[in-house]
Amino acid sequence: MRFALFLGCTIPARSRNYEISARRVAEKLGIEMVDVEEFVCCGFPLKDSDKWSYQLMAAYNLCLAQERNLDICTLCSSCASALTEVAHSLSKKGPERDKVNERLSKFGLKYKGGAKVRHFARILYEEIQPNEIKKTFQRDLSDLRVAIHYGCHYLKPSEIYDHFDDVDDPKSIETLLAMTGASIVHYSGEKRCCGGPLLPVDEKIALSVAKDKLDAVSDVGADALCLVCPFCSVMYDSNQKSIETEFSVKYQLPVLYLTQFLGLAMGYDKKELGLNMNVVKTEKLLKKYFE
Amino acid sequence: MNTKNLEQSDPNFRRELAQLAGGDIISACLMCRTCTASCPITTSNDTFNPFRIIRLALLGLRKELLTSDFIWLCSNCYACQERCPQGVNIPKFMTICKNLAVKEGYAPAGTKAQMNVIKGEGRIYPIDEFDNKKRNKSGLPALPTSCEVVKSLFSEEKNSEVHP
Repeated sequence: MRFALFLGCTIPARSRNYEISARRVAEKLGIEMVDVEEFVCCGFPLKDSDKWSYQLMAAYNLCLAQERNLDICTLCSSCASALTEVAHSLSKKGPERDKVNERLSKFGLKYKGGAKVRHFARILYEEIQPNEIKKTFQRDLSDLRVAIHYGCHYLKPSEIYDHFDDVDDPKSIETLLAMTGASIVHYSGEKRCCGGPLLPVDEKIALSVAKDKLDAVSDVGADALCLVCPFCSVMYDSNQKSIETEFSVKYQLPVLYLTQFLGLAMGYDKKELGLNMNVVKTEKLLKKYFE
Repeated sequence: MNTKNLEQSDPNFRRELAQLAGGDIISACLMCRTCTASCPITTSNDTFNPFRIIRLALLGLRKELLTSDFIWLCSNCYACQERCPQGVNIPKFMTICKNLAVKEGYAPAGTKAQMNVIKGEGRIYPIDEFDNKKRNKSGLPALPTSCEVVKSLFSEEKNSEVHP
């Protein structure tokens, strides 16, 4: 199984722990990730300013994968949503696709509707048999009580994602995480947004949206939060300290990527999963696995 | 209760919106407020209210809508869209409003800055040699430190920068 690995902007610069752990998990499961140096930003941050530029940038990336006869695997949920949405809107021949292709022709590119886009978690859920995943496991994580944050763009808008999971009662991440033995803890407001997109607009509101979820997760006594998007991680991990200061609260809640939990179960070491790069320290949580 | 002065209303605004893909559907709004009840931003801060934004548009209060700060508070989470019983694609409508606001020079500073960085560097966080050193240390492949393609991709744009 081969995919063009779409890293986007945030992961290679700010969430290397996600990239490192995702590559390890893919390696262990025999999934080949092809690096395409020419990939640019997925276009998502341009959508609010100018939808045409957003579409053009996403289509450029789709063409690069299509040229290589590869489907795309994203790690970031916003990249998944931007690339999937544009692939969806340009899937049929018509004036919209022609207009994009006219601009892309100067690079010798033409989007023909190829290159299916999926998030890494969705690929694991849809393509790999549970016993294939379980047989790579060397550690049992049954001592951990973990809450899951699905985030928005991993699942929505459901119409572009072939309804692969239920928006109101999602199961894909829970299914994967539960294989490690970890107990999944549920909390109120589980499907709510992290508030990340508001960070450049109104920091206080963005942080208060994130705070609501950290409160709910702490209330149910979860040991850690599991997520699949670097934007969400910026809110819950990188900004956790700011939220604690701003609202005079204390969480110290470790926030890990799904790939770090899976990698942990696969027996990888701390540094092999970039666990040393998580902002909220994970030592206490994971002490027993590294003694 | 906030009273609206309808003398400011622009009766053509609905027609203008209707000509843009996705802009016509708001007239299907039944005023049930499911969007507002589903909105994670409204829960934390009630200055933002998707239902109110739709009403402003339907009332033709073009300038008030496009110059307001609160259209920028939509986090694009799609909760409203998934639940709207009338199939109103609110995120799409919000994108139309934001795009119009940018065109008319009302974009927040952060949004403008982000657009200029991406159109110049190809990424929100450009990669430098120092990043590549850190990537190398973690066993990750190096990435290009500049991007000529985006400049060329947008070179036909009359105005590739957004000016205030």
